[in-house]
Amino acid sequence: MQITTLTLIIAAMAAGAFYFGRERSLSVASGPSRMQTLHSLPGYYGYYTAIWALLPAMGLLLAWNLIEPRVIVGLIVQGLPDAEQSMSPGELNLLINNIRNLANGDIVSGEVGTVLQDAAARYLEYANTGRWMLAVLTIGLATLCASLAWRRITPKFRARNHVERVISGLLIAASSIAILTTIGIVMSVLFEAIRFFREVPLSEFLFGLNWSPQTAIRADQVGSSGSFGAVPLFTGTLLITGIAMFIAVPVGLMTAIYLAEYSSARIRTITKPILEILAGIPTVVYGFFAALTVAPVVRRAGESMGFEVASESALAAGLVMGIMIIPLVSSLSDDAINSVPRAMRDGALALGSTRSETMTKVILPAALPGIVGGILLAVSRAIGETMIVVMAAGLSANLTANPLEAVTTVTVQIVTLLVGDQEFDSAKTLAAFALGLMLFLITLGLNVLGIYVVRKYREEYD
Amino acid sequence: MDRLQQSDNYRRMTAMKELTGMDEDKPEEPRVVDSSPAKMVSSKLAESTTESELSLTELSGRTVGDVRCADPFMIAENVNVYYGDNHAIQNVTLEFGKSQVIALIGPSGCGKSTFLRCLNRMNDSIESARITGTITLDGQDIYDKDLDPVALRARVGMVFQKPNPFPKSIYDNVAYGPRIHGLAADRADLDGIVHTSLERAGLLKEVKDRLDEPGTSLSGGQQQRLCIARTIAVDPEVILMDEPCSALDPIATARIEDLIDEISENYAIVIVTHSMQQAARVSRRVAYFHLGLLVEVDDTDRIFTNPQHKLTEDYVTGRIG
Repeated sequence: MQITTLTLIIAAMAAGAFYFGRERSLSVASGPSRMQTLHSLPGYYGYYTAIWALLPAMGLLLAWNLIEPRVIVGLIVQGLPDAEQSMSPGELNLLINNIRNLANGDIVSGEVGTVLQDAAARYLEYANTGRWMLAVLTIGLATLCASLAWRRITPKFRARNHVERVISGLLIAASSIAILTTIGIVMSVLFEAIRFFREVPLSEFLFGLNWSPQTAIRADQVGSSGSFGAVPLFTGTLLITGIAMFIAVPVGLMTAIYLAEYSSARIRTITKPILEILAGIPTVVYGFFAALTVAPVVRRAGESMGFEVASESALAAGLVMGIMIIPLVSSLSDDAINSVPRAMRDGALALGSTRSETMTKVILPAALPGIVGGILLAVSRAIGETMIVVMAAGLSANLTANPLEAVTTVTVQIVTLLVGDQEFDSAKTLAAFALGLMLFLITLGLNVLGIYVVRKYREEYD
Repeated sequence: MDRLQQSDNYRRMTAMKELTGMDEDKPEEPRVVDSSPAKMVSSKLAESTTESELSLTELSGRTVGDVRCADPFMIAENVNVYYGDNHAIQNVTLEFGKSQVIALIGPSGCGKSTFLRCLNRMNDSIESARITGTITLDGQDIYDKDLDPVALRARVGMVFQKPNPFPKSIYDNVAYGPRIHGLAADRADLDGIVHTSLERAGLLKEVKDRLDEPGTSLSGGQQQRLCIARTIAVDPEVILMDEPCSALDPIATARIEDLIDEISENYAIVIVTHSMQQAARVSRRVAYFHLGLLVEVDDTDRIFTNPQHKLTEDYVTGRIG
């Protein structure tokens, strides 16, 4: 019997359990005002029974699916002739894969001998028996638990409390998924980074001024010493982020001020959706806009003024990234400004302030923590931004503060390190994880700082 | 036409009664000042109903009592306010005297706050609001095209229902107005204004050692007095108060009422209140609004002891509202 069928059957049983549990609660409650004699509403007794029908059976189903393959493999290995049993683990693994493939009708590597055929037949037999056992066991368990739960139903039984406890458990499980995933990602990056730092000292990575990750694959290869000083990458990231914020903060903030305080309702209803469209453009589109449109313009403009501009300049990438971040800054600032209570505005106006005095002297100071927090979030977005810089910023790790030169960023290097054929244990590949870890720590720090600023300096207006 | 109007009004009025019975939020404030006319209200109740000398029981456009006063400083003449299609204030004429407290009372939604906000053009920021009629301040039309509402609001200050100190220090809260209007020549001058304003608002003693703490750190009643100090600091001629005590406890309320009493010598004060006792305690005149109409205006003790209009009587004796 298929797992899906089984799941459906159990679900149907749970529905039935709900009905019977509910009915029983009604029948055990006696007297003219029978609803009042029950501790919980009848539905809760239904849910209680249904939960007992569902959860233990589902748990068994899950556990069985985790354990069953190992048990079957163990049984097959036991049944193999001695010659095969004494194989090395690698060969044994291959053999078992072949057995499984043969049983499932997939392509088998190598000759199909009698041993293999025997084993495959036994594999099928075990799998079949296992499935039937599972079906009988789960359905039996569901019936048993549901009927036990059903028998427990008395008017005094506190079904609601039991159901609520199960529900709160489900909620906790749901919310821990995101947390556990984050921890998992951090761990996997962390361990790869530690492997990298075994080969390259942490001090060289953090303070080295030279980034050239090409390592020699063969001993006689020339010119690929591999040096992993990440400083040029971080300065490049900083430069591009700085340019982006230089564009995004003033424009975004002024947009927010205009929309929140000065625009008429009509302009607001038109402008806001357009800004949201700007936020919805995929970054890869911004990327080729930067590389194909903005970069040549910047280059031509620079050359007409007598500057030497690299064709992949930090300026072009930063400008476009700034444009991309405008909606983020403006919508976060807009929220901050709008969350300043109307009473503040009225109070300032009633004292005879002009609109601009109200804005600059009362509303902006009150909204400042929110705005600063928003800007910090925007910075961490800019630092982590990948696609625009991959397409518009260069690959050469120059240590420079000149926005007209080509620089590279942390994210660009991560991409280039992991694209193409790689050895997964070379320092070159592992460097990507070290960079990723650094990037994660920086953006995490910025986000924490942003949230802290918002919390600490937020005025509590009830 | 007239009858039609009346019956329409009557229907709205009865609907209003049903509504206000439920959503009226009238804080019960204990009588702090015992000699108030509010005490007389209850004793007068029995008399006035048996006398049944009230001929005016219907809502009509006419205002009972005396809308004029001896030395008018601010005059509202035939003021109408529309919010879109809603005729929120209908043909209200009322005079405000100098050094006089006038209380605007009436059930929720009767338009008293709307009317108050006309007096310093705070309704300007509401796009759908439209105002007709004239309001003059010391002979000058405040809705004149050439008149700057910003300058007007410096002359007509306002204290709001909920204390709304700016998220600044106590000092900066009070100094805000003088700074934007350039009232102080130098720092010492500004210090002087801040201190006098705080003192007149009865707050100086409590805060003089912590002027640089945020205004929001004060208690509710202190915050409201800070807002009054802030208003006084601009040296206005009229102060509008929109239920200034509705968010405060009885002790803080009593302090604010004392304060209103003290400063009323120097300002024309218009106060909107839901508390009849408060109106009786602080005001010289009372104006009763009902469904956007000004029903009755008179001296405070007359309104509470001998109202001329049935609706006024019903309201002040607690039968409606």
